[in-house]
Amino acid sequence: MSDSKRNGEADGLARIPGADAGHEAAGGGVSRRGNTRAAMPFEREIHETEAKLAELRDAARSTTLDISEEIENTEKRIQELIARIYSGLTAWQRVNVARHPDRPVTADYIATMLDEFTELHGDRSFGDDRAMVTGLARMGDHRFVLVAHRKGRTTKERLECNFGCAHPEGYRKAWRKMKLAEKLRLPIVTLVNTPGAYPGIGAEERGQALAIAENIIGMFTLTVPIVVCVIGEGGSGGALGIGVGDRVLMLEHAYYSVISPEGCAAILWKSGERSADAAEALKLTSENLSSLGVVDEIVREPLGGAHRDPAGAIQNVREALTRHLDELVQIPVDRLVAERRTKFRNIAALEGRFPTVAVG
Amino acid sequence: MTPPKDKEQKVDAPDESLSETRLSRFRFSKKKDMPGGLWLKCESCSQMIYRKELEEAGRVCPSCGFHFTLPGRERIQLLADPDSFAEHFAEITGLDRLSFTDKIPYGEKLVQTAKRTGQNEALIAGTASIEGRAVVLAILDFSFMGGSMGEVVGEKFALACDLARAKGLPLVCFTSSGGARMHEGALSLMQMAKTCSALQSLHDAGGMSICVLTHPTTGGVTASFATVCDLTLAEPGALIGFAGPRVIAATLKQELPAGFQRAEFLLEKGMLDAIVERSSLRATLAKLLDYAPMARGVALAPTTSTGSADAKGVAPAWSATQAEVLGSRRPTAPKTPRKA
Repeated sequence: MSDSKRNGEADGLARIPGADAGHEAAGGGVSRRGNTRAAMPFEREIHETEAKLAELRDAARSTTLDISEEIENTEKRIQELIARIYSGLTAWQRVNVARHPDRPVTADYIATMLDEFTELHGDRSFGDDRAMVTGLARMGDHRFVLVAHRKGRTTKERLECNFGCAHPEGYRKAWRKMKLAEKLRLPIVTLVNTPGAYPGIGAEERGQALAIAENIIGMFTLTVPIVVCVIGEGGSGGALGIGVGDRVLMLEHAYYSVISPEGCAAILWKSGERSADAAEALKLTSENLSSLGVVDEIVREPLGGAHRDPAGAIQNVREALTRHLDELVQIPVDRLVAERRTKFRNIAALEGRFPTVAVG
Repeated sequence: MTPPKDKEQKVDAPDESLSETRLSRFRFSKKKDMPGGLWLKCESCSQMIYRKELEEAGRVCPSCGFHFTLPGRERIQLLADPDSFAEHFAEITGLDRLSFTDKIPYGEKLVQTAKRTGQNEALIAGTASIEGRAVVLAILDFSFMGGSMGEVVGEKFALACDLARAKGLPLVCFTSSGGARMHEGALSLMQMAKTCSALQSLHDAGGMSICVLTHPTTGGVTASFATVCDLTLAEPGALIGFAGPRVIAATLKQELPAGFQRAEFLLEKGMLDAIVERSSLRATLAKLLDYAPMARGVALAPTTSTGSADAKGVAPAWSATQAEVLGSRRPTAPKTPRKA
């Protein structure tokens, strides 16, 4: 266990104090802009205009000419560009935004959104999966158990936590801490951000499918409120393994899907080139899923995505989580659990499409 | 998620040159399973088998004992007492809610598959009796889009749970599935939660559930209801896993150990209660069903609050009276009449 807060260690780096000082310098790792532009070609025009703005500012310092008006116009133009581009993102572009290296990850939420966090490690049976973070958290008046996928921010961290792909021990750690939450009468908040559960030999040997299934069915028994928020990638069963809740929220540019667009394209068209088509076909955006009834609420991101303004995005998530926790703690647990079951029993089903069986 | 392993896609996919040879043992060729040819090749021992002989042996290879995937209707025939099966919810059909098109629109694919298989969806549900013990059956049929789970499969499984709860019967399910059906996107993913929700309500009401995993069961089905029933059995040699072997081999870029993800492997790793040969399944299930609380005339305590009435008006229907009535159905009792 580590009692680490606001020192850049909270997200599983407890044993390596001071590791990755670069992030701490960047203020809890919230801002790491600058080296990732190639990944998002649709942002090129924005970056070009930003570069021009930087040049103008340089020029303004070295010249006596007044170019403040031009600077102002360029700034305005950048905002317009962002607004225009981000209002018309394709599904595939959304997927790229959701995977953006500068997009806030669990470590950022722990550092910025929470007022207190104590990480609790280990599944008490096999190991401590770094791809899953669990611990006791406080956010304003709410104390809860946080369960979240961990992707890491640097290459070192990303390797250490398997790029957010948890093993069975990760799901079992999550379950153990959720049972602790129930025991202590604490609500549960989960942050979903995984490309998927890890497909590997060890994972299969230790029962990856079973670990996920036990979490899914187990979460229907927990007598405390559960709020789920998909903050980046909602990759299939690996996401759902901590994704059963009384409320399911989703950040505007996150995605949530049964299979990755690449995997889908590889199967259907035998080509990774068609990922964009697959992303479109899978209807994996927050708007799609909200209208289908898979998610309850879309949490808006600042203009231009969470990677442009991590603090703003995190604040929006905090506001939404707080609002839902305020509501859920008022509901008697009997009703809470019954409603959670009904919610998923009927999830996204069209009214009157299926018959019912009268029991009792 | 392991993608649905649609047979057609497998057959016309000769371009996977790299993994072709070393993974060939994992492939489920349509040709091998299709009626027509007199002879076929065992996918495990490569022995040529006379088709009729295989079918008479319940599709178990006479030379190596490999258990071929059994079509849903044949499973019922093999398992249920004659004329005891009454199908439920057969009329529910799939919808192309995402307007999903690969080679053909998904809606069209559903119609074509229904025509070919003579059933509307990949899950067959109903009531039956197994050596006189009344049960609710839920059987995934691999021949319908690889037994993949979309909205209808999820709903029918959940309805089967509700039916078992309403009638106070044990639930017996058989799986063979490539996982979630990607043509239904996140809707199919949500079926993992839906099926677990209904199963947990059955469990809370004191219901007993048995799942028999058969060749092959992977992806979202393994990662939901299939592995969290009260008893988890498997047929010998069945491929069972979360990720499909081709996905794992491609991810790790290495050959997988022999027997990996087979039923025997899972048993050794502690993931199964037992492996049961097809020929003794019926007797084994009958024996196990006698341990269900209701079969023993045990009146269960009222269920926990968490299992109480939900918005669908589904409340646990466990009462001493019902348990007593069901308890009279002893192993030696005459065969249960056909359930409607």
